[in-house]
Amino acid sequence: MYNPKLVVTRAPHIKIKVENTRQIMLEVILALLPATAMGIYLFGGNAAAVVVAAVVAAIVTEAAVDRRFSNPSEIFGDGSAALTGLLLALSLPPSIAPGYAAAGSVAAILFGKVLQGGLGKNLFNPALVGRAVMMVIWPAAMTTWVSPFDGATSATPLISGEATLSALFLGTVPGSIGETSALLLLAGALFLNIRGRIHWQIPFFFVLGSVLTAVAFRANPLAHVFGGGLMIGALFMATDWVTSPMTPNGKVIFGIGCGVLTVLIRELGRYPEGVTYAILLMNATVPLLDRYLKHKALGEA
Amino acid sequence: MPVSTSEVKRRAKTFQRGIDLPHNKHYTDGKAVERLPLPPFVVVPLRQHAGETVEPTVKPGDHVSAGDVVGDLDDRWCSAVHASVTGVVSEVEPRPFGDGTMVPSVVIRTTEQSREAPAFAERAGWQDLDQQTILGILKDFGIVGMAGAGFPTHINLAVRSKIPMLIVNGAECEPFLTSDHRTMIERTDAVIGGAEIIMRCIGADRCVFGVETNKPDAIEVLRDKTRNNPAMEVVPVAVKYPQGYKKTLLRAITGKDPPLGGRSSDVGCIVRNASTTAAIYEAVALGKPLYERVITVSGPGSVERCGNYLVPVGTTIRYVLESIGVRAEDLDGYKIIRGGPMTGLAVDTLDAPVVKPTTGILVMPPSAIQPQHEWINPCIRCSACVNHCPVGLYPNEISQFVEAGTPEAAEGLHIRECCECAICSYVCPNYRPVTHLVMEGKAMLRQRSR
Repeated sequence: MYNPKLVVTRAPHIKIKVENTRQIMLEVILALLPATAMGIYLFGGNAAAVVVAAVVAAIVTEAAVDRRFSNPSEIFGDGSAALTGLLLALSLPPSIAPGYAAAGSVAAILFGKVLQGGLGKNLFNPALVGRAVMMVIWPAAMTTWVSPFDGATSATPLISGEATLSALFLGTVPGSIGETSALLLLAGALFLNIRGRIHWQIPFFFVLGSVLTAVAFRANPLAHVFGGGLMIGALFMATDWVTSPMTPNGKVIFGIGCGVLTVLIRELGRYPEGVTYAILLMNATVPLLDRYLKHKALGEA
Repeated sequence: MPVSTSEVKRRAKTFQRGIDLPHNKHYTDGKAVERLPLPPFVVVPLRQHAGETVEPTVKPGDHVSAGDVVGDLDDRWCSAVHASVTGVVSEVEPRPFGDGTMVPSVVIRTTEQSREAPAFAERAGWQDLDQQTILGILKDFGIVGMAGAGFPTHINLAVRSKIPMLIVNGAECEPFLTSDHRTMIERTDAVIGGAEIIMRCIGADRCVFGVETNKPDAIEVLRDKTRNNPAMEVVPVAVKYPQGYKKTLLRAITGKDPPLGGRSSDVGCIVRNASTTAAIYEAVALGKPLYERVITVSGPGSVERCGNYLVPVGTTIRYVLESIGVRAEDLDGYKIIRGGPMTGLAVDTLDAPVVKPTTGILVMPPSAIQPQHEWINPCIRCSACVNHCPVGLYPNEISQFVEAGTPEAAEGLHIRECCECAICSYVCPNYRPVTHLVMEGKAMLRQRSR
């Protein structure tokens, strides 16, 4: 009697179609490509160099920590490092030195991710940790903005208040590489929403929280929403699975908190921009939100 | 008035969360049950139920007829085991069960090749038996849950107070499987008769047949045959996994949930699987023990003669496959599943037997086998498992507590309520064995509480 070599594995024996971490990360990267292309088109070669430097540095740092160099096909890993690098680059001023961006990526991966336990265990958004580190080390370079196309030094519309709403929406204003075009960011986020990767609650309540707070300060709410990094933050950073709440109610509170804090920091703080610290602060509340806002189990009283 | 299929689907009741699976029932749902030629021998395990292994009551050399008791134990939690062919006992010894363990089994060489089912005489006065008599018959005739768990039915039905409602579970929500479906169509009278017996046994005045809408022919024939019985109703339920779990079916049909740690009887219901219900009828009314059953043999296009087959309990998987033209020599690198693709067991040997709770045998070719890592990837907190868990648990957090070696921390997250439907592993984008970790946590807790 022939005894074939049977495969013995745990149940379940079927798997949902084409879903793995790398594909999901690549989808998010794909969603960010229009805004990336726009940034390079607006701000030129240095912006492209910053993006490449940040992405490569992030991938290499993680591969080095995980000792994944022996197999070249594994250097890219699950794609989460590349995404962190890209998000960081898009949040940087276009005129910054690519070397700074690379250093920021190393900090993002080391302090934002692997030292907190690696993907899934990190409490804070890695790209924003990298950005926060850079703000401390290079405060001037991190707040020097240039105009699109001509590269002349200019203030961000958050400070100058000089920009038409349509320019803010399309992105032809001074600002970070990937944050200026609300239109392209929205298109990318819509794609992710349709693919089921991000939910609507966090971006919606982030914007709502910032609008209400801006109104309370008698500031122009639309300038707050479309100027600076609020859109990229609300759509792509606050919605990071690892560092945002998993329950719908938690997402609502998290989103409102991010929006309120962003405008409070912008209006009351010394920094022109508040998205980074608003999201990082709200990241710290996630374990608590997850703990107390759970839905009930079947039959739980 | 006939109800159109689309109307049935729109009205179908269901539960929260869960998931749509490719159900792959088209391979076999139109195929009538066929009796396979009797195997040359059967290996009848002495443990086919959730409980203690029973003692053999025969020895090598004994002649037995199909339906004779070969194993029993004077223990409330045990269910008798019967000879499934007529022949001579050749061995009573541990045999591979398929899960890596050996289970004491009675091996019977078939001597009588009759393909006809032995005739059993109708039990006189079976319509008027009282509860205790019915429970005694169920235990002695080896009736256990036939949908996977193998829980002894005489324990389920031993209710002290009247239970108002019986739900006959015809959801059959696992992909590929169609044995309940064919049973409901081809043995409708047995299913309905079994339901009447259970109703009398538990004192129910109402019976609902819950059938997924992908079995419109079963819904129709059950409706047709219960039309004149005001106590019986057929309720179409949505095609969603795991609609056939008793608590999700209960929720769909009654809108009620038993309390945590509770049973369906706490909300006045008993849920029984359709094939088991038919077996109850055959045991009580016809005097036929549970020694053969219908199994679905299928796979993703991998079995040419896929279908629904009636086989004696104890038939080896090897025999089932070879008798429909699947050669053992061709199965290197294949996975053979006993049960459904979500909760079934990947057997380690073709010599594993079909047992009472075996719903089917699936042949998964290498192209359909999912890679499984030796290591455990981290949770990336996407919460897909949370969004699909039919019981409303947080499998992501539970699995991480188990990984950390602290299953006690998962008790507060109601780890014991997990129904092991395996959706969490099915959806996890990081290929974590979430279900396996949760099951491991439950086992650790059981061990520590001893």
